[in-house]
Amino acid sequence: MSATTHAPAHGHAHDDHHAHPTGLKRWLFTTNHKDIGTLYLWFSFVMFLMGGVMALLIRAELFQPGLQFVKPEFFNSLTTVHGLVMVFGAIMPAWVGFANWLIPMQIGAADMAFPRMNNWSFYLVVPAAILLVASFFVPGGAAASGWTLYPPLIIQQGISIDMTILAVHILGASSIMGSINIITTILNLRAPGMTLMKMPLFVWTWLITAYLLIAVMPVLAGAVTMLLTDRHFGTSFFNAAGGGDPTMFMHIFWFFGHPEVYIMILPAFGVVSAILPAFARKPLFGYASMVYATASIAILSFIVWGHHMFTVGMPAAGNLFFMYATMLIAVPTGVKVFNWIATMWQGSMTFETPMLFAIGFICLFTIGGFSGLVLAITPVDITLHNTYYVVAHFHYVLVSGALFSIFAGIYFWLPKFTGKMYHEGLGKLHFWLSLIGFNIAFFPQHFLGLAGMPRRIPDYALQFAEWNMWSSVGAFIFGFSQLLFLYNVIECIRSSRKAPDNPWEVQDSLEWTHLPSPAPYHSFETAPVVK
Amino acid sequence: MPMGPSLISRLLSPLAAAAALAPGLSRASYGLDMLPPASPIASQIYDLHWAIMWVCVAIFVVVFGAMFYSVFKHRKSAGAKAAHFHENTTVEVVWTVIPLLILVGMAYPATKTVLDMKDASNPDLTIKVTAYQWAWEYDYLQDGVKFNSNLATPRAQIEEWEKTGAPKNKDYLLEVDNAMVVPVGKKVRLLVTANDVIHGWYVPQLGVNQYGIPGFVKDVWFTADKPGIYRGQCSQICGKEHGYMPIVVEAKAPEAYAAWVKERQAKSAPAPAATAAAAPAVAEDSNKVWAMAELMTSGEKVFAANCAACHQASGKGMPPTFPALDGSKVVNGAKGAQIALVLNGKPGTAMASFARLSDAELASVMTYTRNSWGNKSGDATQPAEIKSARK
Repeated sequence: MSATTHAPAHGHAHDDHHAHPTGLKRWLFTTNHKDIGTLYLWFSFVMFLMGGVMALLIRAELFQPGLQFVKPEFFNSLTTVHGLVMVFGAIMPAWVGFANWLIPMQIGAADMAFPRMNNWSFYLVVPAAILLVASFFVPGGAAASGWTLYPPLIIQQGISIDMTILAVHILGASSIMGSINIITTILNLRAPGMTLMKMPLFVWTWLITAYLLIAVMPVLAGAVTMLLTDRHFGTSFFNAAGGGDPTMFMHIFWFFGHPEVYIMILPAFGVVSAILPAFARKPLFGYASMVYATASIAILSFIVWGHHMFTVGMPAAGNLFFMYATMLIAVPTGVKVFNWIATMWQGSMTFETPMLFAIGFICLFTIGGFSGLVLAITPVDITLHNTYYVVAHFHYVLVSGALFSIFAGIYFWLPKFTGKMYHEGLGKLHFWLSLIGFNIAFFPQHFLGLAGMPRRIPDYALQFAEWNMWSSVGAFIFGFSQLLFLYNVIECIRSSRKAPDNPWEVQDSLEWTHLPSPAPYHSFETAPVVK
Repeated sequence: MPMGPSLISRLLSPLAAAAALAPGLSRASYGLDMLPPASPIASQIYDLHWAIMWVCVAIFVVVFGAMFYSVFKHRKSAGAKAAHFHENTTVEVVWTVIPLLILVGMAYPATKTVLDMKDASNPDLTIKVTAYQWAWEYDYLQDGVKFNSNLATPRAQIEEWEKTGAPKNKDYLLEVDNAMVVPVGKKVRLLVTANDVIHGWYVPQLGVNQYGIPGFVKDVWFTADKPGIYRGQCSQICGKEHGYMPIVVEAKAPEAYAAWVKERQAKSAPAPAATAAAAPAVAEDSNKVWAMAELMTSGEKVFAANCAACHQASGKGMPPTFPALDGSKVVNGAKGAQIALVLNGKPGTAMASFARLSDAELASVMTYTRNSWGNKSGDATQPAEIKSARK
C-alpha cells in the first residue's frame, strides 16, 4: 500500500498557478476540499457547543427533583433540539469534514470529484442549522416531540415543526450530494495501483457510509414530507381517524434511524483503524475482515429497525425476527474489537493523545456495545425501553464512540492539517477530563434506567435523586472540558512547534508518506503511483 | 441468578459509603439493580437481564484483560519490539464462531419469554386502558367500573420557582388519586389505547411497557404475584406533562378486590350493566340542580386536576400553544360553544376531548372558568346541560 519515489514536497511547485481569493471570498467560493473540510469541522464544533449548552441546561434542571429553571415544554424542546443538533449538526458534519480533508489525500486524488457541488453541500448545512436553532424563538417554541418527531404529538405544535421539517429536508439534500461526491471520488479518482483492497480503512468505512446515506436520507425525507402534508394538506398518513397509522411513521423513521446510527459510527471505525497501527508500530490486524465486518454491519443495519419498537405491540414473529437480527450485529462488531486488540498485541506502543482517545473509544464503545446486547433481548428491552438505560446506551456509542474518535482524529491529523504540533500535555489533560466527566455523567444513567426512570422528563421521583445529581456533575465536567479542546486547537494553530512531515511514522497512508506538513493547498495534482 | 445484585452491591458499597459521608447525602439511596420483580414475566425478565449481564462481564474480563495486559507489556517504554503479524485465519474464524454460539445460547431463553409475553389468552380480568394528555382512564370491562387516574402530587411541590417551600411527598410524582386495583394471582389483560397522542403504560415491576396508540388497541398481560403497590410512569413522550402522568397498580387479595369492585359499583349509579360503555367517570345524578357556590368549589378542584397544567391556575395560559381562559372569547361567549369545545376538543391542537369527565365535573369547571379571574358571566352551568349536549 505504499511507496513511490516522489519527494514529499512535490505539491508546492504548482501551488500558485492560479491565484485563489483571500478573506471571506476564499471561504464563500472555495471549491478546495481542504477548505471545505475545514469549514465542515469548524461548523460542527460550533453546533457541538450549541447542543452542549442545551445538554447542560437539561442536566441543570435534572440536578434535583422539582422544577427549578425551565418549564416542562421548554425542557422537551431542549431534549428534542439537543438530539437533532448533535446528530445532524455536530457528528455528521464532522465526519464529512474528515472525509473532505482525508479521502483525496489518502487515495492520491487532487480533489473531490465535484468541487462546486462540494461547496454547495456545505453551504446548505448552514441555513438548516439556522432554521433548527431559530425555531426556539418562534411562537410555541422549538419542536418538543423528541428527535424522533413521532406523530400525532408533533402535529399539535406550531410553525417550529415546519421549520424543523424544512431543516431536515435541506440536511438530507446536502448529505445525499456529499455522498454522491464521496462515492464518485473513491471509485473514480484513486491513484494508479490504489486498488480497493489497498485503500486505508477510513476510505472504506466512508464508502460504505455514503451508500447508507444515499439509501436512507430519502426515506427520512419521505417521512417528514408525509408529516408536512398531514399537518397542512389534509392527508391522514399517520392519523387513525383518516385511515392512517401512527405506527407507520415509527417504521419509516427507524428504517432511516438505525442505518443513521452506523452512519455516525462507521467512519469512527476507520479513524481508530488508522490510529492504532500508528501508535502500536504494527500493521492493522485483519484488514480484509475489517472491510467485510464493516459491510456486514451496514447490511444488517437495514433489518433491525424494529428493535426500537418492541413496545409498539408487534406480533411475536416480528419481535423475534428483530431480536435475532439485532443480536447478529454483535458478531461483526466483535470481530472489529478483537482485530483492534490484536493490532495492539505485541506492538511497541506509545500513548500520545490520539492513541489515548482511540483506546478510550475501544473501552467505552464496547461498554455501549454490551448495553446494546442487553437491549437486543426483547423482553429486557421492553422493561428498559424509553428509560435512562437507553439514554446511557446511545451516549456510550455516540459520545465515547463517535465523538471520542473525532477527537482522536483531530489530534492525529492536526499536524498534517496545520503543520504544527498540538500541546501534548494539554491534549492528555483534555482526554482524562473528558473520560472522567463522561463516565460520571453517563454510567449512573444505567442504574437510573434499571430502576425505571423514564427519559425525557423534566422532573423525577425522589429515589432517582442521587444518581441524577452525579450525572449532572459529570456532565458539567465533560461539557467545560471541551473548552480546553477549543483552546488546544487554537493554541496549536498559533504555536511555533513545527510538525514533521510524518510525526507518527505512519508507513502506509499517502497523506503521511507523500505530502509535507502542512499539506499543500493543492496536493497530488500528479497522481502518485502505488505499488 | 440471585447472587448477582448482592455481589455488585458489595463491590460498590465502599463508593456508596464514601458518598454517604458527604453532607446532604446521608439519606442517599443508590439503587443499582432492576426493582424486585412482582409478576412471572417480570421475574423472567430479571433473570434474562442478569444472564446477559454475566455473559457481558465474562467477555469484558477476557477482552479487556488481554487489552490491558498488552497496554502494560507491549509498550515502547518497556522495551517492547513490534511484531509484524497482521492476520491469522484460524483465530479470526474462532472469534467469529464463539460469539455466534453464545448468542444462540442467549436467544433460546429470550424466545421463550417473548412467546409467554405475547400470550394474553384466557384472562381472568380485562381492563381497557385509555391514555389522555395527561391522565389514564381504566375501564373494567367485566365489572362495569370505570374511572380516571390523575397525578396526586400538588403543584406547589413541583414548581419550585413559586417558592412555597412545600416539602415533597414520599411518593412525589408517583402517586395518583385513583389507583388501578387488581386481584393477586389472576391473569389481568390490558387493552391499551390512547385518545390523543402516543403514550406508554409502563410498570417495571410487573414487566409491562406498552404504547397506547390512538386509533389502535394493543393487548398485554400480567399477573401480580403478591399484594402490594406497584408504581410506574408514562414511558413515551406525550407533550408538556409527560413527566406528570404516573401509574399506580394496587394488587389486593381476590376477596379484597371483590369488595373494592362492589364499593366502586355502588358509586357508579345508574346500574353499570345497562350503560357500562357510556357511563361517565363518577356518575352523580345529572338531573340535580346545583347551587352556584357548590359549582364554584367543585369547579376549582376539577380545574386544578385537569386544566391548570396548560391554562394555568391564573387562567393566563401559555400562549400561543395554550391560550388564556381569562378574557377568552370562547369562555366569555355562548355556553353552547364552550361545552362543545370541552366535549370534543379541538383537532390539531393540544386541546383534547374531556368527555371522559362526568356531567357534574364538566358543569362545575364550566361555571368556574366563566366566573373566575376577569371573567364575569354570572351564569351557572348545570349537569343537565352537559348531559343534553352529549347527545
